[in-house]
Amino acid sequence: MKYDVVIIGGGPAGLAAAVSARDNGVESILILERDKELGGILNQCIHNGFGLHTFKEELTGPEYAARYITEVQNRNIEYKLHTMVIEINKDKVITAMNQEEGLFQIEAKAIILAMGCRERSRGALNIPGYRPAGIFSAGTAQRLVNMEGYLPGREVVILGSGDIGLIMARRMTFEGAKVKVVAELMPYSGGLKRNIVQCLDDFGIPLKLSHTVVNIKGKERLESITLAQVDENLKPIPGTEEEYTCDTLLLSVGLIPENELSENMGIEISRVTSGPIVNESLETNIEGVFACGNVLHVHDLVDFVSGEAATAGKNAAMYVQGKHIDKSENTISLQGENGVRYTVPVNIDPKRMEDSQIIRFRVGQVYTDSFLSVYFDDERISNKKKRVMAPGEMEEVVITKAQLMDRPNLKRITIKIEEA
Amino acid sequence: MVELICINCPIGCNLTVEVEGEVIGAVTGNTCKRGEKYAHKELTNPTRIVTSTVKVENGNAPVVSVKTKNDIPKGKIFECIEALKNVVVKAPVNIGDVIVSNVASTGVDIVATTNVI
Repeated sequence: MKYDVVIIGGGPAGLAAAVSARDNGVESILILERDKELGGILNQCIHNGFGLHTFKEELTGPEYAARYITEVQNRNIEYKLHTMVIEINKDKVITAMNQEEGLFQIEAKAIILAMGCRERSRGALNIPGYRPAGIFSAGTAQRLVNMEGYLPGREVVILGSGDIGLIMARRMTFEGAKVKVVAELMPYSGGLKRNIVQCLDDFGIPLKLSHTVVNIKGKERLESITLAQVDENLKPIPGTEEEYTCDTLLLSVGLIPENELSENMGIEISRVTSGPIVNESLETNIEGVFACGNVLHVHDLVDFVSGEAATAGKNAAMYVQGKHIDKSENTISLQGENGVRYTVPVNIDPKRMEDSQIIRFRVGQVYTDSFLSVYFDDERISNKKKRVMAPGEMEEVVITKAQLMDRPNLKRITIKIEEA
Repeated sequence: MVELICINCPIGCNLTVEVEGEVIGAVTGNTCKRGEKYAHKELTNPTRIVTSTVKVENGNAPVVSVKTKNDIPKGKIFECIEALKNVVVKAPVNIGDVIVSNVASTGVDIVATTNVI
């Protein structure tokens, strides 16, 4: 099998990338999806709040997915469901398998990585205690409730204040469960503020910051957990333990881009984001291999995933059509400093870039009334006051091509936080 | 002065609202018009979109996701959830199909948000 553009993953990133590649003139496109349907994680995100940027209306996850699935189907873009990609090699040969075709290989001219992310599990947390039934990642519980029609338990404690945990606090409450507390190790929430308001505050569910689970009781089924407050080094403070009886513990403790395929094919991975290191075209260190969505870095908003994926799709199209202008010798490197943990992209080729380039990043802690500054080498070119910046909310700055064309010798762009 | 967090979109603007007795004054901190509208509504008649699932028979999935077509008064959330408890629909269900009309006497319909065939 041979295709011009093969997209690994049929979630929001893969769908938007496919639509964009087709609209930019690529006929031969294939999406590979391991689940039974397209749409990815959106299918289990039945809450509202999606699409305000893209469609100017507020949709639920399945509705947002359906819009893009319709776009893919209207363009007759090929896709294979129930299909697991086993390996991709440097020469862009993809090995995949499914029940009908068995093991097979596909040669691609360009590949778009859109595998998304997965949840950190209990194993990553080192919580002591037994390993009874009743401990779920928040996303697993979400799938059980929203797609499979099961209620995982009736008395619930949630560890971690990531968005999925917050959303599930409300969801489990609607289904008749009692959510006793949400505990967060850090002194700030990992989720969006709006979710704390509408998922916890609305229902009087307490959020305990700087708290973690220090013990789990129950042999067959979870019986109780013990929470303790932590100090500034995140170590539990003796004497602060509180026991909560519960039959369910949900973990919402972070998402990790799923990059085993990328790493095995030799793609350089950022140690901060766990996603590929990409340039302005969202191209990885392997020419013709692009990345977008949560496999690149974990997003808060699907709207931004769709936008990013459209960029990847367009660049993949330009690559296979030979329209990409040659890379410049002088690319500009981007770096985050003083609380800016990373940037996507990591470098910009001023000749190849679009008229404007969005640079996305996250900050390392909560900053109030601080300035977000952009430096071109040592010259500060912007200094914007921000009331609040928090690790749970992705930030962005925009750089224009005109700005860079004015400065042919520019080597480095630095984004940093400066105190007032 | 009242501090609110706008829940219209994931930006979650920190709003400051000047309130004197019953009179709601200037709203600041919002990045779009929706923020101002939200502040007024939240302080007079707070509303929410409610999303849930109902059982579905003879379909390719055991449940279908649903939502209130528009926002309903916050105080009606649990009445709305209660009204969905024993609802069973038959496949096929399409996005936008009315599952319950005028839920909890709010004048708002419950509609399907996914397709079940």
